Formats: sequence, C-alpha cells, structure tokens
Amino acid sequence: MSHAATAHDHDHDHHDHKPPFFQRWFMSTNHKDIGTLYLIFSLAMLFIGGAMALVIRAELWQPGLQFVDPHFFNQMTTVHALVMVFGAVMPGFVGFANWMIPLMVGAPDMALPRMNNWSFWILPFAFTILLSSFFVPGGAPASGWTLYAPLTIQGGMSVDMGIVAIHMMGISSIMGAINVIVTVLNMRAPGMTLMKMPMFVWTWLITAFLLIAVMPVFAGAVTMLLTDRHFGTAFFNPAGGGDPVLYQHIFWFFGHPEVYIMILPAFGIISHIIPTFARKPLFGYSSMVFATAAIAFLSFIVWAHHMFTVGMPLQGELFFMYATMLISVPTGVKVFNWVTTMWRGSMTFETPMLYAIGVVFLFTLGGLSGLMLAITPADFQYHDTYFVVAHFHYVLFSGAVMAMMGGAFFWLPKWTGHMYNETLGKIHFWLTAIFFNITFFPQHFLGLAGMPRRYADYPVQFTEFNQISSFGAFGLGLSQILFVYIIVATVRGGKKATAEVWEKPEGLEWTVPSPAPFHTFDEPPVVK
Amino acid sequence: MSAHSKDHYFVPDSSAYPFLCSIALFFIAMGGASFLNGYAIGPTLFSIGMLGMGCLLFIWFRKVIIESPDYNMDVDKSFRMGMTWFIFSEVMFFAAFFGALYYLRMLAVPWLAETELLWPGFEATWPSTGPQGAELLGGVAPTATSIAEGTEYALIDPWHLPLYNTLILLASSVTLTIAHHALRANQRKQLIIWLAITVALGAIFLFFQAEEYIEAYTELGLTMGTGVYGSTFFMLTGFHGFHVCLGAFILLVVLIRCMRGHFTPERHFVFEAGAWYWHFVDTVWVGLFIFVYIL
Ligand code: HEM
Ligand SMILES: [Cu+2]
Repeated sequence: MSHAATAHDHDHDHHDHKPPFFQRWFMSTNHKDIGTLYLIFSLAMLFIGGAMALVIRAELWQPGLQFVDPHFFNQMTTVHALVMVFGAVMPGFVGFANWMIPLMVGAPDMALPRMNNWSFWILPFAFTILLSSFFVPGGAPASGWTLYAPLTIQGGMSVDMGIVAIHMMGISSIMGAINVIVTVLNMRAPGMTLMKMPMFVWTWLITAFLLIAVMPVFAGAVTMLLTDRHFGTAFFNPAGGGDPVLYQHIFWFFGHPEVYIMILPAFGIISHIIPTFARKPLFGYSSMVFATAAIAFLSFIVWAHHMFTVGMPLQGELFFMYATMLISVPTGVKVFNWVTTMWRGSMTFETPMLYAIGVVFLFTLGGLSGLMLAITPADFQYHDTYFVVAHFHYVLFSGAVMAMMGGAFFWLPKWTGHMYNETLGKIHFWLTAIFFNITFFPQHFLGLAGMPRRYADYPVQFTEFNQISSFGAFGLGLSQILFVYIIVATVRGGKKATAEVWEKPEGLEWTVPSPAPFHTFDEPPVVK
Repeated sequence: MSAHSKDHYFVPDSSAYPFLCSIALFFIAMGGASFLNGYAIGPTLFSIGMLGMGCLLFIWFRKVIIESPDYNMDVDKSFRMGMTWFIFSEVMFFAAFFGALYYLRMLAVPWLAETELLWPGFEATWPSTGPQGAELLGGVAPTATSIAEGTEYALIDPWHLPLYNTLILLASSVTLTIAHHALRANQRKQLIIWLAITVALGAIFLFFQAEEYIEAYTELGLTMGTGVYGSTFFMLTGFHGFHVCLGAFILLVVLIRCMRGHFTPERHFVFEAGAWYWHFVDTVWVGLFIFVYIL
C-alpha cells in the first residue's frame, strides 16, 4: 500500500470522492459508510428476528400444536430475542452513533476509524454462527435468550456456537463503545464543552460506559458456562459446590444495564426530535444529563428484580425492590422534560415527531408496567408470564425500535439528500403504532390471567387475546415492508433536502449540506 | 494542504485488515466450537484462524508503526484513552470471576450445607469441593490412585511458589518503572537493560506458574474438576496467566522496538500502554494471592 499522504491529498480536493465499491464498503474507514453498514445490518436483522416472531405468533394463534413442535418453538423464542437484542437494536444505535456523533461534535471522523470497521465486520460473522446453529444436530439454542444454567449445560453444539457468537458480539460492542467514548472525549470541536454537547452524544457517552462495564461480565458468565460444559468445572453445579443461581446473578448484572444500553440512545434521539418540532429548546438540559447518569448508575444495583422468585434472602428482595423503584425517578424526570418541551411549543406533526410522541407515550406505559413488576410480592404472580413479555416490548419496541424509526425519518434527509414521502411516513407511523398496540396490549391481560411465557401451547380460555395478538403481529410485520420501501425510495430520489432540512433545528449536523459530504469538518468548526 | 499534516487528525485510508481479521475470528470461533464437540475439522479451522489472526495483527501493527510519524498529539491521546478503557473492560472481566468466587464461598456453599434434606452431613468449609467433590487432605499428598479417581486433593502452599511469584511480579513492576524513567531521560542502554529484566521476570513467573499447575495436577490432585475450589482457582489463575503472557509479549515487542531505536523521550505511547497493562496484571495478581491462595 502506498504511503497514505499522497492518496489523501487527492481525496481532499474533492470532498465527495468515493473509493470503488469493494474498497468503499468492505475496507471503509469512513464513519458515514460504516454507519450505513450498521443501519442496513440492523434492518436486515429486524426482518430475520421478525420472521421468527411471526413463527411464534402463528403457533400461538390457537391452543394445541399446529405448525412447529415445542422444541423448535423454544429455539424461535431464544434466537428471536438474541437477534433482536444483539443484532437489531444494539447495532442500530451504533449505526446512529457512527453517523451522527462526529457530525454533532464537529469531528472529522470517529477517533479510531479502522477499529470502527472491525467492530462492524465482526457482527455479520457472529450472526452467521448464531443462525447456522439451526442446522447442527439438536438445532439452535432453546434455553431462552438468558441462556440459564443448568439448561445450557445440557444442550448440544448449538449452545457452544451461541457462546462463541456472543463472545464475538461482545468484542464488537466493546470496541465500538471505546470508539464512541474516545471520539466524544477527545474529538469535540473547540468551544463544545461537555455541558454544551447534544443530548444524543451525552446518552451515547453513558451508554458506551455501560457497554464497557458489562459486556465483559457477560463474557465471563458464558465462559463459565463453556467450562462447565466441557472442562469439568462446577460453577453452576451444586454437586461440586456451585449454584445455578450464580449464573442468573452474573447474567442480570449484565442484563439490566443492557436494557438501558438499548434505551438510553433512544432517549437521546427523542431529545433531538421533540425540540425541533416543538420549536423550543429542550427543557431542563442539565437535568436530562444528570437523569441519564443517575439511570446508568442505578442500573448496576437493580439486577435481581429479574430473580425475585428464585429464592433470595428477604433483605435482598427488599433492597432490589426499592432500588428498582428508584429508577422511576430519573426516568420520570426525562418524561417530564419532554412533555414540558412540548408545552406551549408551536408544534407540527411530521413523521419524526409522531414517532417521538408515540415513544414518550408508549414507553411510559412500559415504565409503568415495569413499576408493577418491581413490586416483589406482585412479581411472584407476574414473573415469567406474558405480562413481562408485554412490559419489555413496550419499552423495547415502542421505546427503542420506534425511536430508531423516528430517528431514521428525522435524519434520512441529511443522510440521503432527499426528503422522504411525508404521507407514506405518517401512514407507516400509524400502522406501526396501532398494530403494535394490538399485538402487545392484550398480552398484559394474558399475563395477569396467568399465561406463562416461552411455551408453545395454552389453555383454551386464553384463545381470544392470543388471536388478537397474533393478528396484530402479522399486521406489524407487514407494515415494516412499507418502511423499507420508503427508505429505498428516499435513497433513490425525492425532493431535494436543504442543509437545515427542518425549521431552524439546532446542532452542527444541520450546518453541513444534505447529503452530508463524504468528509466533513476537516477544519473543526468553532462552537460559541 | 494534506490531511496528514500534523495539524490534522489522522484519518487512515481504507483498509482490508479489519475485514480479514473478522474472517480469522470466524475461523477461530467455529474451529473452537467444532473442536469442543468432537468434529475432526475443528483443530484445523482453529489453527488457520489463529495463524491468520497472528499474521494480520502483525502487518496491521506494522502499518501503524510506519504511519506513526503522521500522528499528532490528538491521535496519541485517542490511543491512550482507548487503552485505558480497554483495561477497564479487562477489570470488569476479572470482576465477574472474583464475584463468582465470593458468591460461591460466602453464600452458595453455606446454603448447600444448610439444607440438611438435600445433602445430609455436608459441611460448609473453604476450600470446598461440594457435597460430591473430592476430600481435602491436610498436609499429606494424595496417593496416585486417589488422584486418578479424583477423590482426594491437597492445597498449594501459598508461601512457596506463589510467594516467589508475588515478589517476582512486584519486582517486575519496579524494573519496568526504572526502564520508563530511563526512556524519558533518553538513557537507551539503561532502558534496554531494565526492560529486558522485566520481560525475563515475566517469563520466570510464567515458568513457575506452569510448574505449579503441573504439581497441582500430578501430585496434589487439584484440577479444574475439583469442585468449585478447583474451578475458581484455575479460572482465575488461568486467565491471569494468559494475561501475563499477553503483557510479556507486548513488552517483548516493545523491547525489540527499543533495540531498533524506536520511541523518543516524549513520544512512546506503546511503551506506556504496555506498562499500564503490566501494572494491571500485577494488581490482579495481588488480588489473587490474597483471595485465592492465602485466605
Ligand atoms: C421504570 C423502569 C423499569 C422498571 C421498574 C422495570 C422493571 C422490570 C422488572 C421488575 C422485570 C422483571 C420481570 C420478571 O421477570 O418477573 C423487568 C423485565 C424486563 N425489562 Fe424492565 N423495567 C423498566 C424499564 C425497562 C426498560 C427501559 C427496558 C428496555 C429498554 C426494560 C426491559 C426489560 C426486559 C427485556 C425484561 C425481561 C427480561 C427477560 O426476562 O427476558 N425494562 N423489568
Ligand atoms: Cu431489569
């Protein structure tokens, strides 16, 4: 390879000079292209995971076994969740981070561009391993995405494939998170102090910290699974002095911060959309920052609310109940601030704003059901029922995924240089929001009535609610084809977008042309 | 104006290494999983992956070394921050195993002993190998047959090899610091001597550690399968030993580069990164010595 300087001189004259196909997409060091790769990957995973969800909902259309056997059903619930969490939601937000953070802080690129590309390319290979585990004897992991011992001590080769895939995803996440932190702390334009940073950057900074803190713990947990499976250790085996509950503790020490990893960047996106369409600055910026930090801190000391029924000492149950409820306080601060930002704003309701309002409303519902689950004695009833499934889909789908959709509509003009079709965008929002509620609202009732989760069959009295839910799920799935259509159409053409795109939006990303040139901010902008 | 003049942040050209490294990682992962499940292809895949990864990292780092004159102090700072956060992730990785040790020792084993119904007669002690584990012998070594059957085991005496190893690692931290001071004072000869001593101490540590493992397996009957005691012992010391290997290897590369005249008194990021890493494995060892060997 020739010495970099000469090749680069050339690039530099034409801001938009792009390398040839293979070099551009497989060897990229450009944060925008890598961001695009992440977003495409995430969308692909959304459809793969979505297809598995539809298998689940098809089977649950009626009591009894219709389409798949229970073992395959369990593989579906397990791999659906793994694909959605590690393949759709997390990489999706990393895609947003890649695209937007350098633009928002006025940096020429991510701090460590080659490592950035490595973080991405590990993922397709990791998911190749995870998904090909369907074809080994015994099929894919069927233990639930939490991979609890002792079930995972017994499974076949697929469990090992899941474990190595998780190790790869962990390496990818940690490298991605290091890149975000270093970019944010080291590459900000002159004048952009920490307390002037856009909220999306703040939420990602804290998310990245959470990632580096807990992904290695998850790696440790699955490593212990691996050695218990193959090297005779007894971490989770009582006969040797171990304890399966140890696995649950380590897993949820990772798992609860993990759910905040999936929601904090969504909070960031919402905090950009609402001020733009309310035409008012974000209410309570510094309280937003501190609320995010408080949520991150508290997320480390609530993990055992996932284990209330496992048999903990009473002091443990009480501590984790109160600590969990405490999280509602900073979360409430955020919701309050969003609503107050809208208060007396001159609001318009373009697609991104519809999504933002939808997220605030529906996420809050999910937070409230979370509060119900946090009440220990009540959770003895709700635990491992469809009530939990309803709870986490309200926070994860109508929280995280819908925030990403809103963010996509918000920044798509900046990415592609074209306006999307507003009518189609609005239709997509309403289809998604309505079918989402049809799918998941009835699951609250199913759970309260006692229908267990992760099971292929159910007693007849649950039939109606399940049919409503399955109907909604197919509608929700089909509606996403429209999402892809809108994106493809916007990439291909459409009304030219201005640099500002919206009416006087705030932030450096709106000072560069649309589409954002291949290289931006070679000269750092000065922020006043 | 060149993007690579020093007043600009260095943004590298497109590079195939990340993509190729991902392929190598894929081979390592698939090879490992197949090997563990008895597929003959496993070791081959694994070796191809490891070999590929080794070569790729070699040329990748080589490229970074060639480029490094183009890096300005901002890039240097990015590297420093990156290394710091990487070490933080390693701390959390060890935290998982230390957490497991405390949980098992303070909670799980006592709870097992409380439930008289399940394991009548089992008493909570530490070291423990659980209700069906091997029996701890005080002072005497188990016989060859009981080692083979895994029914009896003895402990490693902390005041023998582990104590030497503690002193060796602590000394190596000191020699490394002396080497660092020499580098900053531009005393190249001193630098090379003290750095070489550090690497040698690392190698001696690893040698003793290997000897301890052999002794544990062949004479004491203490293996990974010796209940939770053996599990936590080998998991913690094993991962630590692996990190010492890595740290010593980094320092060895730094030593070779020092001998070739790389680094200046002002700019020597890799030296410092290696040193931080070394101090980190050192600190972990002190934790191990106290919580795994002595207590
Ligand atoms: C006010 C905030 C929240 C509270 C009080 C809360 C509380 C809880 C509790 C107590 C459970 C355990 C239920 C059980 O298994 O019996 C739970 C499960 C869960 N929560 Fe939340 N939660 C909150 C917010 C969130 C957020 C923001 C997310 C993700 C974005 C989330 C994702 C999940 C998931 C995925 C599960 C189920 C995990 C599993 O068992 O597979 N929660 N939540
Ligand atoms: Cu939780």
